[in-house]
Amino acid sequence: MALDSKIPEGPLADKWTSHKFKSKLVNPANKRKYDIIVVGTGLAGASAAASFGELGYNVKSFCFQDSPRRAHSIAAQGGINAAKNYQNDGDSVFRLFYDTIKGGDYRGREANIHRLAEVSVNIIDQCVAQGVPFARDYGGLLDNRSFGGAQVSRTFYARGQTGQQLLLGAYSALSRQVATGKVKLYARTEMLDVVIIDGQARGIVTRNLITGEIESHSAHAVVLATGGYGNVFFLSTNAMGSNVTAAWRAHKKGAFFGNPCYTQIHPTCIPVSGDHQSKLTLMSESLRNDGRIWVPKEAVKGLKAADAAKIAEEDRDYYLERKYPAFGNLVPRDVASRNAKQMCDAGKGVGATGLAVFLDFSDAIKRDGLETIKGKYGNLFDMYQQITGDNPYEMPMMIYPAVHYTMGGLWVDYNLMTSVPGLYAAGEANFSDHGANRLGASALMQGLADGYFVLPYTIGDYLANMPYDKIPTDHEAFQTAEKEVKDRIQKLLSINGTKTVDDFHKELGHIMWEHCGMARNAEGLKLAKEKIKALREEFWKNVKVLGDNEEMNMSLEKANRVADFIELGELMVDDAFNRRESCGGHFREESQTPEGEALRIDDEFSYVAAWEYQGEGQDAKLHKEELEFENVKLTQRSYK
Amino acid sequence: MNLKLKIWRQKNANDKGAFESYDVSDVSPDMSFLEMLDVLNEDLSRDGKDPVHFDHDCREGICGMCSLYINGKPHGPKDAVTTCQLHMRSFKDGDIIVIEPWRASAFPVHKDLVVDRSSFDRIIQAGGYVNVNTGGVPDANEIAIPKTIADQAMDAAQCIGCGACVAACKNASAMLFTAAKVSQLALLPQGQTERHTRVERMVAQMEEEGFGNCTNTGACSAVCPKEIGQEHIARLNREYIGAKAASDNV
Amino acid sequence: MSWFTQSISGTIGKKLLMSLTGLFLILFLVIHLAGNLQLLAGDGGKAFNIYAYNMAHNPLIKFVSYGNFFFILVHIIDGIILTRQNKSARKVKYAVSTNDSKSSWASKNMALLGIIILVFIIAHLAGFWYKFKNGSLADVVYDGVTYPNGYEVVSFAFSQPLYAGFYVICMVFLGFHLSHGFSSAFQTLGLNHKKYTPFIKKLGVLYSILVAAGFAIIPIVMYLKG
Repeated sequence: MALDSKIPEGPLADKWTSHKFKSKLVNPANKRKYDIIVVGTGLAGASAAASFGELGYNVKSFCFQDSPRRAHSIAAQGGINAAKNYQNDGDSVFRLFYDTIKGGDYRGREANIHRLAEVSVNIIDQCVAQGVPFARDYGGLLDNRSFGGAQVSRTFYARGQTGQQLLLGAYSALSRQVATGKVKLYARTEMLDVVIIDGQARGIVTRNLITGEIESHSAHAVVLATGGYGNVFFLSTNAMGSNVTAAWRAHKKGAFFGNPCYTQIHPTCIPVSGDHQSKLTLMSESLRNDGRIWVPKEAVKGLKAADAAKIAEEDRDYYLERKYPAFGNLVPRDVASRNAKQMCDAGKGVGATGLAVFLDFSDAIKRDGLETIKGKYGNLFDMYQQITGDNPYEMPMMIYPAVHYTMGGLWVDYNLMTSVPGLYAAGEANFSDHGANRLGASALMQGLADGYFVLPYTIGDYLANMPYDKIPTDHEAFQTAEKEVKDRIQKLLSINGTKTVDDFHKELGHIMWEHCGMARNAEGLKLAKEKIKALREEFWKNVKVLGDNEEMNMSLEKANRVADFIELGELMVDDAFNRRESCGGHFREESQTPEGEALRIDDEFSYVAAWEYQGEGQDAKLHKEELEFENVKLTQRSYK
Repeated sequence: MNLKLKIWRQKNANDKGAFESYDVSDVSPDMSFLEMLDVLNEDLSRDGKDPVHFDHDCREGICGMCSLYINGKPHGPKDAVTTCQLHMRSFKDGDIIVIEPWRASAFPVHKDLVVDRSSFDRIIQAGGYVNVNTGGVPDANEIAIPKTIADQAMDAAQCIGCGACVAACKNASAMLFTAAKVSQLALLPQGQTERHTRVERMVAQMEEEGFGNCTNTGACSAVCPKEIGQEHIARLNREYIGAKAASDNV
Repeated sequence: MSWFTQSISGTIGKKLLMSLTGLFLILFLVIHLAGNLQLLAGDGGKAFNIYAYNMAHNPLIKFVSYGNFFFILVHIIDGIILTRQNKSARKVKYAVSTNDSKSSWASKNMALLGIIILVFIIAHLAGFWYKFKNGSLADVVYDGVTYPNGYEVVSFAFSQPLYAGFYVICMVFLGFHLSHGFSSAFQTLGLNHKKYTPFIKKLGVLYSILVAAGFAIIPIVMYLKG
């Protein structure tokens, strides 16, 4: 099957407008004849479900949490980008497009990214109209800040809780549609399979997480807005429940997986404290605006934050400021993370584990005063102290990179449709807009762009060609899918081995972090593949899953997810192995500049790797979507 | 350190439920409270016993999914944090920790420490939104909002919907939760058009769910992880009285 | 007026009734105390007896007093309904009682305090008000005018240590009830403002102490005087 990205003809800036015009419309009176399933209620899922409901479609919305408002979009702290140019500092749609494509190390699609930049301005209007309390200046107009190394102030924010406020906005729009009856909500319900009939996605199979009931839901189109798969590393900043299961089951039913190896490692997280660690906590990137990152020039074993002051100024290496004088501590995430790793690999890391660097506010406090710093970062400092017991007003913070976001995801065309007709992927679940590295404050923008402003247009074009007929859930395709799901659950429950699900998950995490983390090489990836294969075999022989299906059973829920993570891990390793270049968050040690920076190989790897599932135990098949750049010139990213 | 846990175990909504005691040893002060429970659950699983079910997701204090009534206080002994942000350094060796689910008729128990908080969703569905469709809205800077008003609205909007307010209230009242949303939208110009209807409907839904009445003890604000204050409940009262007196809804 | 009954029977409506009746009673207590303090005038009860007579024969005061009884009744019935609802909102109790140092003891025990005060009111009405009303008092003549001698009944009652002690203790409970009720009434009306609420809270405490102490000092002084 050939990949068709369906990018519209015409000049970049006109593509979306002309595409919208050329898209077929569904007559308002006929919209009620179509059912759409939306899985996931984060920014993309909630905004899509709400918008579909407003248009008149019948929507079923699913989330595994107890309420749609819990989706992990809620945890985004920093902000959301939009090319409003309210600050008169030279921003424009084209500049946002340019920054995003460059930030993604030229591994994203021009047309998608330009569309994202175009609709970014509508998102802010929409959110304000919903009552999202964005920060304002004293004149009462919206405030902006510069974020994640951007040269303009285009980030809108609501204290350190922008994701929360945007999600609650989308959740309120969704709730409004639930009240009108256009959206039916299924909380604590997990999608376990997608049902394909005559080549089109026509429904899903779910498990009710309270009763264990396996149910089928039929529709004319299915949207997966199920987030990223960072939890394949066990430790990440994702929520505990974040998982790849929906996307992975779709992949196994024919949806191609795009660029699975593109993972973003966020530089400012609280370091791991021990084996008990269940997740990593992100500290907002905005800390890098005032904090200075350093390690001692000469390695000091087990240096505590409390003793940092004993290291004289001339014995400190402010390595980001030294290596990147133009951007300093504000270099993009991938660069900051990689440098922290290099410092720790060189033995200069601090803290008990040696896997941390200092983020120091003493100069900022001296310069701006304690109150100013408290005003800006008070809640983050409190959170840090709560978790670590150290007071960042008196000593430097310790930070270390952690897996934060996955740029890869289900491959989609310009319409956000996967390679399975009628199956869409939105938000972090798709691969489309961030290339090989996502810029700060762009994830919220993409999630809402997909849900509010892209899918409502593109899904209409698809449905307009569909017959109204509904497929009953006793159709044999549903029955088969249900049986597969049940069999798999029975199998998991019947193994009764000796290792817990978490044991396997942790082991997988170690393999992935070690060999497919911040730096990768052919040798390590080969080894990782072997290890994952062995782990998978062991999992299906020796996992211990307790209880029954017909009850709330969190160990079964986890087992289902970890089994998929293991398979995904193998594909990530394959993808990382295949991509012999470094780009963005993907750093192949074999491909670096003499200064140790990521080195792209444009003539060989300027493509999207879309992987097609080939069956149990088979290697996936690679399809290449060549990336064409007509509006930007590919350059080596430089932040010096 | 070593601790003794007394945890509420209940197989499902129909089960009567009872406390069970567990000993956990070698707890590190750097562990979060939920990580301590993870360790317990791993041990239970290895012994072939059903792990303790509890709600949790983001583990960074914002999703509002974690709960737990710990030694008589929702989210445990520390102020302004959720259970997932509570660390074991807040306890000492030999402590006995009693863990109960949120107790309220409007929050029935699903299993162990997991409760059903969908009543909160229904309160929001009753009116916790602005009636705008996607698209067709004015420019974001069309209406200036004084910074102080925007800040107050944000104070209220920070609610994470965890239900600690209900859990702490001796009357299991949901006034603080409802007030947070009503207050946010009453403060902002975008919320004005449906101001009366919103408060009437949301309060009616809150009553229907079987929450108790507010007797102004302030226990809700005292345990709120986001420290949402009593002034928002006062605003809800004001909005409600004003709406009942002035709205056209007979 | 369906909207009206529906409004006042709702959760906030019921609280509104508590607040308004409570505020009326708060005012009533001030006037009642002002009258009662005349017991301490040291004139053998002249001022008090003349005052009591005038109060009993002023048509406006009479009218208000019926309102007063009505409001007390509403306050009690409403309180009972609220408490019952509150109990049923948590059918399964916690094993560990609330460990909450931030909300006051009084605020969490308004119903209990209310019951104690109700018992007091019944005893108080039976002991004094009923006797005043049905004319079983001895007469006393001031400046040629005959008045019923209520003072005599009061001073006799307060000469008994148990009776006086009961009064004093009940006034302590009344003080606690008022200490929460005063500011709570304003909160229920929606009157909360960072400029005024701290003042209202302080005023509430001051009011509760003064009213409770004012009422309590009467039996103490009269008992001591013998």
